[in-house]
Amino acid sequence: MNHEFSVNSPFLFAAAGVILALVIVQSVFFLVRAWRQAKKLGIDAAKLKSVVKSSAIFTIVPAFSILIGVIALSKKLGVPLPWLRLSVIGALTYETAAAEAAAGAVGTSIGDTATLLTASQFSTIAWVMTLGIMAGVILTPLISRRLLSGVDKLEKRDTRWGEILMSALFMGMISAFLGMIFGKVGEGLTGWIPVFVMFSSMVIMLICAVLIKKFKIKWIEDYALPVSMIGAMALAIPITNAVNAAIG
Amino acid sequence: MKFRDMSYDDGTHFWGRIWMWGMGIVLLMFPTAICLYFNAWPEASGFLKGLLAIAPMFWAVGTIEVLTYVPMLGAGGSYLGFITGNLTNLKVPCTITALNKVGAKPGTPEGEVVGTIAVAVSSIVTTTIIFIGVLLIVPLTPILDSPALKPAFDQILPALFGGLGVALIGQNLKVSIAPILSMVILFVCVPSLAPSGAIFVPVAAVIAIAAARLMYKKGWLK
Repeated sequence: MNHEFSVNSPFLFAAAGVILALVIVQSVFFLVRAWRQAKKLGIDAAKLKSVVKSSAIFTIVPAFSILIGVIALSKKLGVPLPWLRLSVIGALTYETAAAEAAAGAVGTSIGDTATLLTASQFSTIAWVMTLGIMAGVILTPLISRRLLSGVDKLEKRDTRWGEILMSALFMGMISAFLGMIFGKVGEGLTGWIPVFVMFSSMVIMLICAVLIKKFKIKWIEDYALPVSMIGAMALAIPITNAVNAAIG
Repeated sequence: MKFRDMSYDDGTHFWGRIWMWGMGIVLLMFPTAICLYFNAWPEASGFLKGLLAIAPMFWAVGTIEVLTYVPMLGAGGSYLGFITGNLTNLKVPCTITALNKVGAKPGTPEGEVVGTIAVAVSSIVTTTIIFIGVLLIVPLTPILDSPALKPAFDQILPALFGGLGVALIGQNLKVSIAPILSMVILFVCVPSLAPSGAIFVPVAAVIAIAAARLMYKKGWLK
């Protein structure tokens, strides 16, 4: 077979579409199993619905940021490859870096949208992006059972310590990402922009917490995190402009 | 063992492995299909150079993600989450929020199903939004890609972790002090490490666990 190549070939759209349909089937499969099991465990349906609602609401803003990643990469790579890569396994930060590294290795760049990719360059980039993120797919089935039973044993031995250990794990993750936000403060005022945005998000979250706890406005719970996120992102625009104006 | 006799957890691992390795093969078929359909084979030198540039780092981060996120997401959530991706910026915070909301603890039977439901719903919503976005890519591009909105989307992670940080720090104030201080000091003093920050998740986790263990032994954490 030797079809005329285009980064937006209908064949590529169809292939990406089929794989994404399988992802949806997998999600539904696990959702149904977990739902049935939850009923067996006697978990209230209202509680489960609130999990569904809060997860769906939470997902919207990050999903749009992923869409922006697709748009950014699509200028060079076409729509199907970034669409697939960012919907399956991929994460925004990795895929952009992987695409840039792969494009560089075949002698072009993602920013160079003036020249079209050859089929062979495209094929190279697709392989590098796909193989680059396979670690989780191979490792999760190999070690997750042992890992989880280890955590389980520990929790059975000392329940309270098990709980503290899980909290400490969460805090470790959060700390690394909070720390990274401070990574550019040495560059001067512009480096502080992420820090200002983070504090805006914290303040909005605290206001939501006060509204929920002191004024008993329960419905805010679902929206507290998305609201802090959107609020802080909206504030990032005037913050960035003010910082740029201050620097001159 | 027959399917019917399998416990829920055994079933999750059984089906999880089938789905995960199955999807892994399906994902490899995409670049394979490109090669066959267009008769376009990767350039050996470019392929090796590209893979060498990203694979060591990505595989290290991937391994760390498995070790850290599997206990948080639970078995079902992990088998699904490591296929649908976007863990740090989406699936993990989403699951933490869901667990907090209903007061379920990771590692318990309730935490396991809540984690799976959260990851599944989040995956379906993400895939749907991106699908609609791709259909509407022509009218959407000038809006989402506008320079006026760029500063907002550049700051998505600080905006996410600020709010999430408050929610989690509020519950574990004592446990959070040591890892947060050490990570802020680390990245302020050695900014060149910040782009590969995910590598430091286990370091921060070890610091947090060690500090928590010390405080627990001293009876500071009830």
